[in-house]
Amino acid sequence: MSTRYTEDHEWITVEGDVATVGITDYAQQQLGDVVFVELPEVGRKVSKGDEAAVVESVKAASEVYAPLDGEIVEANGVLADEPGKVNEDPEGAAWFVKIRLADISQIDSLMDEAAYKAFVEGI
Amino acid sequence: MSMNTQGRPSAPSETAITSERATFTGNKALAMEEPLLFEIGRMDVCGVDLDEAEDFAPALGGHARKAVPDLPALTEPETMRHYVRLSSKNYAIDAGLYPLGSCTMKHNPRLNEKMARLPGFGDVHPLQPLSTVPGAVELIAELAHWLVTMTGMSAVAMSPKAGAHGELCGMMAIKAAHQAAGRDPKIVLVPESAHGTNPATAALLGYKVVSIEAREDGTVDPAAVKARIKEHEGDIAGIMLTNPNTCGLFERDIIAIAEAIHAADGYFYCDGANFNAIVGKARPGDLGVDAMHINLHKTFSTPHGGGGPGAGPVVLSERLAPFAPLPFLRKVEGGTQWVETDAELKDGEQPFGRMTAFHGQMGMYVRALAYMKSHGADGLKQASEDAVLNANYVRVGLQDLMSLPFGQRWCMHEVLFDDSFLKETGVTTLDFAKAMIDEGYHPMTMYFPLVVHGAMLIEPTESESRSSLDLFIATMRDLVMSAQKGETDRFKGAPFHAPRGRLDETRAARNPVLKWERPAAQAVQPQAAE
Repeated sequence: MSTRYTEDHEWITVEGDVATVGITDYAQQQLGDVVFVELPEVGRKVSKGDEAAVVESVKAASEVYAPLDGEIVEANGVLADEPGKVNEDPEGAAWFVKIRLADISQIDSLMDEAAYKAFVEGI
Repeated sequence: MSMNTQGRPSAPSETAITSERATFTGNKALAMEEPLLFEIGRMDVCGVDLDEAEDFAPALGGHARKAVPDLPALTEPETMRHYVRLSSKNYAIDAGLYPLGSCTMKHNPRLNEKMARLPGFGDVHPLQPLSTVPGAVELIAELAHWLVTMTGMSAVAMSPKAGAHGELCGMMAIKAAHQAAGRDPKIVLVPESAHGTNPATAALLGYKVVSIEAREDGTVDPAAVKARIKEHEGDIAGIMLTNPNTCGLFERDIIAIAEAIHAADGYFYCDGANFNAIVGKARPGDLGVDAMHINLHKTFSTPHGGGGPGAGPVVLSERLAPFAPLPFLRKVEGGTQWVETDAELKDGEQPFGRMTAFHGQMGMYVRALAYMKSHGADGLKQASEDAVLNANYVRVGLQDLMSLPFGQRWCMHEVLFDDSFLKETGVTTLDFAKAMIDEGYHPMTMYFPLVVHGAMLIEPTESESRSSLDLFIATMRDLVMSAQKGETDRFKGAPFHAPRGRLDETRAARNPVLKWERPAAQAVQPQAAE
């Protein structure tokens, strides 16, 4: 399945019923150098829009929101030690969390790549 | 030929002016390189004369130090010079305009300092019997009277130490009031333009923060507040709102917002950080506010930004007054009484606890009251008007060159620009701020509030004269035009003339060095390092 996007600049790819979530390249550019990442504990239930992680740059601290309902099944612990990875490879190795989705059909509510691109250009 | 040109030229030569030769010492005339105390300290000197201890039996039960503590020892003149040199590197309101938005860096009148040093105020100790400090108690009572009068509120908790502490106090009073009514609501509404401490305070008390978006004009829409209330019906503890808000704009629907919150059984916490814009013009109590902290160190001119400490008394509405923390002042016949313990409580008083060990920042109380009494009611009102006038003078002086996110409208005590005027220049808000340092100005608040891209928040305060503002505006205009002409060298890597150049904030945050370690090679403490 292709990558989907939220208006809060998270990206999501889904394999089976597990979604991998990170922040977009546009988001990392806006944040500037990331200096701290706080990840959630595995097993936490999240609803769409809940705070799933915190990312802090030299400019500001921001929340990463759960894009869909589900349960956190994995967090990318590497980011806690190497927050700079978020700037280097935001849409690859620097994913934040994996969420087992409660309802996979919710994904249809998110933007596809073309829609997100248009959304960013409109900002 | 006159005498003084014989062997002693009276004018600098051409080469002397342009020479930028490094010095042997690293000093640049009065701009001295200053090592750490630990680097210049040594063990064989002492700044004070102490008598040799006579024979004594230690009573430390085996906890006596086995090694000499590694503390630097210096003579008095060395110590003096160290701190004087450091202080000369510090930018302060006493040195120049300090336009840090939302911080109200106003002049600290010398009269305040004179009053605070009177022995009856300056030399009191918090453990002195109350009977020995009636004057100090009366001063606190009088300050409290001014604060509740100015804000139109019922009571004031004097002890909180500064803004965020005051927020915590106000929100704890709100929580206590809900609990006393048998309620346990979970939601606190916070507009997205709020000071970061607002959601932090709510979260610290276990509340869930629900954000309210700003409308097009930068203010809060009561319809958005009502929509959030409806979504969380029956679960609203309150709202935390700043007015004027952090975009420097007056929340003109504040009364409608207060009514909506009250109708939902919630309380209205107002962040008083921007009170300097409305003192003498509007009373928060009339606007439906239930609790508000007052930064004495902003609005009432007590020193801050390194010169502190702050002080953040919290005014409370009639509904919250019974929950004010201990100790509090109670009016009694012939004077004022400090209520210090639960045992002294009477009818209806239900303090939620205690915020501080003692009574608050006495020195700041004296300074704040000195400021109020020397200005009088009319002077305080004029200070607010001048603060707003000065901010608008800066706005009008810069709005054709810089960009106002919410259009060319009146601001309050501070003016907010975004970075769209820097688009295509390659210069960022951070670069621009650093170039201001080279021009001799403390930068404005930057990248806050978050609702505006590359925000620059300028608060000149009423302290600045017109000529001071004209010079500031002219400097800002020069910098903007320089950036737009493509002179990025001026900005990238700035500051160039400060004692230190651009700091690596990223490295500082990722690998903070929080402790000085003596270099291994220096087993013996050296006289001087570097």
